[in-house]
Amino acid sequence: MEAILFYLLAAVTLIGTLCAITARQAVRAIVYLVTSFFALALIFYLLGAPLVAAFEVIIYAGAIMVLFLFVIMMLELAHPEKLAKPRLSEWWPALILMLVVIGSVAVLAAARQPAPPAAFHGITVREFSVTLFKRYGVAVEVISMQLLFALVGALYLGRRR
Amino acid sequence: MTVPLYHVLILAATLFSLGLACVVAWRANVIMMLIGIEIMLNAVMLTFVGGSAQWGIADGQLFALMLMALTSAEVSLALAMVVYLHRRKRSVNTDDFDSMNG
Repeated sequence: MEAILFYLLAAVTLIGTLCAITARQAVRAIVYLVTSFFALALIFYLLGAPLVAAFEVIIYAGAIMVLFLFVIMMLELAHPEKLAKPRLSEWWPALILMLVVIGSVAVLAAARQPAPPAAFHGITVREFSVTLFKRYGVAVEVISMQLLFALVGALYLGRRR
Repeated sequence: MTVPLYHVLILAATLFSLGLACVVAWRANVIMMLIGIEIMLNAVMLTFVGGSAQWGIADGQLFALMLMALTSAEVSLALAMVVYLHRRKRSVNTDDFDSMNG
């Protein structure tokens, strides 16, 4: 049951992302990407990470994609005549790169028998938080500094002259 | 969870290569390049969470959380830069910003 759900969600994620990177308008790409991120959040839940799944919906689909939409609509980039679609010749290097990456991983996966997964029932929020604030407390401080720097930089770039 | 780790890794690699293809193919548009970077970072997060599920420890999920914080900082700065560039030249096409070519 879980495996069927995983493969369905993987298909939704891949198709959503494929539609996003070939979309004709930036707004459509964002909406496809939100769909793909919802499916990815469910995959995270299946992999035993409920907190990461919640943050994926809240931060990625809820905040970052809305920020993208806000900027696109503010700059009026959604006109199809302004968003020049890349020509077919510009897709060739991208396709070659994709084939190399997927092919190498598929060869790796075919060469070794996958290990049987251990008994695993997900990581609870308590376990997550204890590890976060006991073992990685310094990293939390560093990330808060990083967010502060990003805030100051964005304020500097966005000020009126 | 009955899905082997390799299938998760193949999904993550496919997502990563889709994001890479987006960055390479849309290299004339700043916004679509940022979207490609988002897709790649999501693939990396999927790898971390898959590893965390395979070995049953919380560290992978923690790094996924840190990656989210990094992404939000990166996106806020990059979109502020996009607004700044658009205000200067009324364009987000990277070919319009070639005044530093040597």
